[in-house]
Amino acid sequence: MNWLLVVEQCLNGLQFGVMLFLMAAGLTLVFGIMNLVNLAHGSLYMVGAYLATAAFNRTGSFLAAVAFALTATLAIGMLVEVIALRTLYERDHLDQVLATFGLILFFNEAVAIVWGRAALFTAVPRALSGHLQVLPGIPYPAYRAVIILVGLAVALLLYVVVSRTRLGMLIRAGASNRTMVGALGVNIRLLYTVVFGFGAALAALGGAMAGPIYSVLPGMGEEILIQVFVVIVIGGIGSIRGALVGAVVVGMVDTLGRAFLKPMLSTVLGPSAADNAGPALASMLIYILMAAVLFFRPQGLFPAVRS
Amino acid sequence: MRRTKEVTVRQLRIVLVLLLIVGLFAGQAVLAAEPVKIGFITSLSGPAGIIGKHMKDSVELALEHLGRKVGGLDVEVIYGDDQRKPDVGKQLADEMLKKHKVNFVSGIIWSNVMLAVAPTVTGAGTIMVGTNAGPHELAGKMCSELYFTTSWQNDQTPEAMGKYMQDQGLTDVYAMAPNYAAGKDMVSGFKRYFKGRVVDEVYTKLGQQDYQAEISQLRGKNPKAVFVFYPGDMGIQFLKQYAQAGLREQIPLYSVYTVDEISLPAVGEAALGNYETRYWSPDLKNEANAKYVGDFKKKFGYTPSFYGAQSYDGILLIDSAVRAVRGDLGNKKGMVAAMRKADFRSTRGKFSFNVNHTPIQNFYLLRAVKGAGGDMEMQIQKTVFENHKDAYYQECPMKW
Repeated sequence: MNWLLVVEQCLNGLQFGVMLFLMAAGLTLVFGIMNLVNLAHGSLYMVGAYLATAAFNRTGSFLAAVAFALTATLAIGMLVEVIALRTLYERDHLDQVLATFGLILFFNEAVAIVWGRAALFTAVPRALSGHLQVLPGIPYPAYRAVIILVGLAVALLLYVVVSRTRLGMLIRAGASNRTMVGALGVNIRLLYTVVFGFGAALAALGGAMAGPIYSVLPGMGEEILIQVFVVIVIGGIGSIRGALVGAVVVGMVDTLGRAFLKPMLSTVLGPSAADNAGPALASMLIYILMAAVLFFRPQGLFPAVRS
Repeated sequence: MRRTKEVTVRQLRIVLVLLLIVGLFAGQAVLAAEPVKIGFITSLSGPAGIIGKHMKDSVELALEHLGRKVGGLDVEVIYGDDQRKPDVGKQLADEMLKKHKVNFVSGIIWSNVMLAVAPTVTGAGTIMVGTNAGPHELAGKMCSELYFTTSWQNDQTPEAMGKYMQDQGLTDVYAMAPNYAAGKDMVSGFKRYFKGRVVDEVYTKLGQQDYQAEISQLRGKNPKAVFVFYPGDMGIQFLKQYAQAGLREQIPLYSVYTVDEISLPAVGEAALGNYETRYWSPDLKNEANAKYVGDFKKKFGYTPSFYGAQSYDGILLIDSAVRAVRGDLGNKKGMVAAMRKADFRSTRGKFSFNVNHTPIQNFYLLRAVKGAGGDMEMQIQKTVFENHKDAYYQECPMKW
């Protein structure tokens, strides 16, 4: 096997993992702190992608577009929390699933009404359209390298916010004992709204960066959402660190599986059997991993501490 | 007070009686002119929803051109969204057959959905008119009297591309497709006419978003050309990522059902100069096509795709069947006999049905170029196959 290729595929895996992390961080916080199953998280990713694409096509500045998408989706997220989700916290998970599934339908249709069903045209910003020589012989798209850097920076920032600031303290306290935090006089409603808004903004950042490489279409959030749920189950619900580790693990396993499972199988099974089994097994790998984690460590790899 | 109340009750009774009479008449009126019911199943939500929109808009345009009558009868189209899932497609078909009692089921984008739906429909004795998916099973061993397709058999289009690439003397080709019924058909069709070396065949998950891992593998194998089948949203992603990986300039990309009127607006110049093969194109010269493309653009404001053209044809085919039996929807034999003649003005021009009810038709080489308005468009370069038959019709036991 070619080692340069392995390095390149690891970068691809890291990039995919970082993308998953941006989604998973928000989702796991909302799940962990508010005990809310939010299926509409993928819709916020989609809204972010649409707003960024529309702004980018209008202004020509990618940075301004991302900034706009972030703030606008933050506002939309908070609005959704205040209008629709607030009443759901005390209710059954099934009610939450139904309500947030309704939100998915709402957002998909809303986006289709405003921008149409056809995919929007987007391109990678000109400054980032080239390639980097990460190692000699590995040309890597600059844009994807930037995604990795942004994702790692966000992870670092989240770590600082969660472990070093007052807001982070409240978030951690909320994750371990919500009732007690409320009893101590913290405005838990406001905390929920803020956390949800930031989760939405992170999803929007993921969506905004995904726009130029994936297609910006109604329903684009649902494909990635399933993998994000796998990430937070593996990482441990409510834990940012778990989300990061889970995302990178899922990104790596999925990418390396797609790349190397078939060649490896063909040495054992022969080429034609590997042609059939390889792709099928590769697409199952992350679910097999999730099942294994659930079996040996049902609370996830890094569960949030609960009292 | 008492009097008024009495009056009201009496009035009410009269109204009720009148309503009953009206109801009876209305019921009779409905019985007298029973509409043709067509169940049209396609993907209307999710990332593939754009394909469904092209098809649905084309059905509506066909109905408009027919004056909202099919074979002279009123028509009701019930749309169903299969969400690209075979189980959902089958449920929809069951619902349309049992609850709505449809006379025809039509549509279906995905071959795996078609393999679940078509046997359900024909098994219930209802006519199925496929307007996209063409899995080889339904053209061969599983062919049915009641199953028609206005599109193609999956293998046909990649066969044309295989022929073209063979004629160009290309070799060391890397083939990629999604891992489902049609993906396999496309690659086997391609290999039927392309005799050069195929470096590797790679199948990816249906609906996959990111192809970077596969593109890295591809570059590692250093092929001389790449053949892909990535319809709809997958095509948009693949074309963009292929260009972003810097491979567009290095390894030429040949495709089927990937560069089309759905992906071009979203990828723009990332597909400039790409080759495709197809049986139809907006610039195909015939009267029916000019009318279809012109009116479609006027009504919906965008360029139609082959998904739409063959859905438009599907409604016209149903119209020709109902017309031939003079609205006697119970006469299935008569309708099947009429449909076999392909007696309608198809957007692809004149064509005929093979014994397995799959079109015998021309296939062209298309290229993505910059049109007069500066937008990207597909243009026919030359004819690759004339009156091309699919590879499975001899396996179909049907005789007529």
